[in-house]
Amino acid sequence: MTYTVRKFDAVIVGAGGAGLRAAIQLSEAGYKTAVLTKVFPTRSHTVAAQGGVAASLGNSEEDHWHWHMYDTVKGSDWLGDQDAIEFMCRKANEVVVELEHYGMPFDRLDNGKIYQRPFGGHMSNFGEKPVRRSCAAADRTGHAMLHAMYQRNIKVNTQFFVEWQALDLVRDADGDVLGVTAMDMETGEIVVFHAKATIFATGGSGRIYYSSTNAFINTGDGLGMAARAGIPLEDMEFWQFHPTGVAGAGVLITEGVRGEGGILRNSDGERFMERYAPNAKDLASRDVVSRAMTTEINEGRGCGPNKDFVLLDITHLPPETIMKRLPGIHEIGLQFAGVDCLKEPLPVVPTCHYQMGGIPTNYLGQVVVPKDGESSVPVQGFYAAGECACASVHGANRLGTNSLLDLLVFGKSAGETAVADLGKSGNAHKPLPQEAIDRTLARVDRLNHQKVGADVHDTRLSMQRAMQKHAGVFRFKDMLAAGVDRITEIEQEVARTQIKDKSKVFNTARIEALELDNLIEVAKATIVSANARTESRGAHVRDDATDTPETPDGRDDKNWLKHTLWYREGSRLDYKPVHMKPMSVDTIELKKRAY
Amino acid sequence: MGRPGEGMKEDRKARINRLKWHCRRALLELDLVFDRFWEHYEENLDVQGEAALEKLLEQEDHDLWALVSGREVTADPQLANMIERLREVSPAANFE
Ligand SMILES: Cc1cc2nc3c(=O)[nH]c(=O)nc-3n(C[C@H](O)[C@H](O)[C@H](O)COP(=O)(O)OP(=O)(O)OC[C@H]3O[C@@H](n4cnc5c(N)ncnc54)[C@H](O)[C@@H]3O)c2cc1C
Repeated sequence: MTYTVRKFDAVIVGAGGAGLRAAIQLSEAGYKTAVLTKVFPTRSHTVAAQGGVAASLGNSEEDHWHWHMYDTVKGSDWLGDQDAIEFMCRKANEVVVELEHYGMPFDRLDNGKIYQRPFGGHMSNFGEKPVRRSCAAADRTGHAMLHAMYQRNIKVNTQFFVEWQALDLVRDADGDVLGVTAMDMETGEIVVFHAKATIFATGGSGRIYYSSTNAFINTGDGLGMAARAGIPLEDMEFWQFHPTGVAGAGVLITEGVRGEGGILRNSDGERFMERYAPNAKDLASRDVVSRAMTTEINEGRGCGPNKDFVLLDITHLPPETIMKRLPGIHEIGLQFAGVDCLKEPLPVVPTCHYQMGGIPTNYLGQVVVPKDGESSVPVQGFYAAGECACASVHGANRLGTNSLLDLLVFGKSAGETAVADLGKSGNAHKPLPQEAIDRTLARVDRLNHQKVGADVHDTRLSMQRAMQKHAGVFRFKDMLAAGVDRITEIEQEVARTQIKDKSKVFNTARIEALELDNLIEVAKATIVSANARTESRGAHVRDDATDTPETPDGRDDKNWLKHTLWYREGSRLDYKPVHMKPMSVDTIELKKRAY
Repeated sequence: MGRPGEGMKEDRKARINRLKWHCRRALLELDLVFDRFWEHYEENLDVQGEAALEKLLEQEDHDLWALVSGREVTADPQLANMIERLREVSPAANFE
């Protein structure tokens, strides 16, 4: 197989919120910057975000970054790094105002300032009462954000490579990152993007689960590439689940449905939330509802032929209310469940929504790994931001609207750090290591020649079902252990997948096979990390982690207040300390996380 | 392009593959709808259908979903026809 080499100062993989934000920084500084993306930039998954972006602007009522910081640390169940969290919350106003200058059409107050609404977990005065902190652009916040930043990038001459799939990270013997290998989907041609700075902004990996709110494109490519190049993945056991995704489809049904009076029922028709949360009932917090649903299903009170979902009932609500207050829900029921929710309840299951872990980074956006006895040493030339990175600001659980903030702050920060590093580096690119390139060629070559092997679609489905069953929202010791074995088996199949279509132009079968190589790394990191962490914290909840005075709600700070690092080689685990010391304020001391 | 007579077939395959990739969207709702669409239409999408789909795929995702979910309608008959086909393959069709 042949390939060509193209040289840039910087290459960014991903043109969602994080990638576009980083690119602005580099192009504005005059560096020759390439942005690679599998789909047109404004079709990146950031488009799906509707809720808004958090910033303590205080436009409607008093607010402060320190309060935002407190909420984020608490939300993270104290696993978030407090220096990175302080950095993010302090930078929020600056990046939101910048976005406004790029042309983002935020909703406004009569006085012209950005309108802000309340959002779960965001409080004033250190957890006292809800505060209006979320800035939105109608129900198209993510989309408007991408548009504004894409236009800005066009102005500053960022060079886009649209419909290119990055395949592997190029790392030399010193461990320095020198770019990526990538495939032009249009021609099947392989190109090495040789760069002095490489930024990953490839988004989440929610497609490792069977039930996921994530679009098909979220296959964790950045994580797979990093893992194959020997970079560990951090805190991969932490995944946020949304309680109400349509069973079998994953499409998200908003919390608003329960807010309007929707009731969850089991196969006996019982309103089971009354048993789990006598006061809040169906409106209890996401994790409580998800766990209750899972318990009902596990104890045989699920619905349907396989007894694997519960029902969300709104048939008692007046049809006018449903059509007026919950637009879209009726159609979602019809399209994805074949159910008219005015007459019949909707089948729902807890559904994977957001990945808290990722490629380990610091608040400067540098990728950091343990080296020579130090826990966080920057990898030369490598940066990451957005959902693929773990800064770590979300720790064990993310607050809504904090991820759009994350990608603005750390996208910018990664770009700025890369600009500073480029300023210090000489003109010459380090020589490319042939080995790294050969690895990509071998992967593609195998797919072009493999004759008898596993079907990509079937193998992916086995992996997704296994992850859902063994590492879902509520976790059990034996199931996790069996899940490690099952995923290891499936990993063998992934290594010998076969595609029938060997054509070159937009060969979607090949693209999906290459994506599966990445998904399986993420799945394995998740199940192995989850199996090892024997406590409950944030979104990682284990049945066998008991509630004692020393381990409230199963959280074991004595043994587990630390970040997990999973290495692909030998599926090895390592740990590193949580940064409990913020940049300027006092540590937010450990407490039981209660709302 | 291989043996004689294969050119046309190759071209169609390339065009279909390109369209399929353009059906990868930012919203899961659309991914699911297009997934079902291809299950039904992979073999027998005619050239007019290809053109209509290509045009439809130029829409922004939220606008596209508003059309597919019936919250909005289009005056363009070519697009309207394609949307009809997309809606036909949904489980809702069994229901209505
Ligand atoms: C339904 C839904 C609603 C949400 N709502 C909110 C909200 O209201 N507020 C909030 O803060 N968060 C929300 N989130 C989370 C938030 O949207 C995401 O975390 C965030 O948008 C991720 O942005 P990103 O830039 O990291 O990645 P993405 O926007 O996913 O972009 C990834 C980019 O990487 C590219 N890419 C990936 N792999 C490759 C490869 N191999 N080669 C080339 N390019 C590649 C893709 O083409 C894409 O351009 C929501 C998530 C979902 C699923």
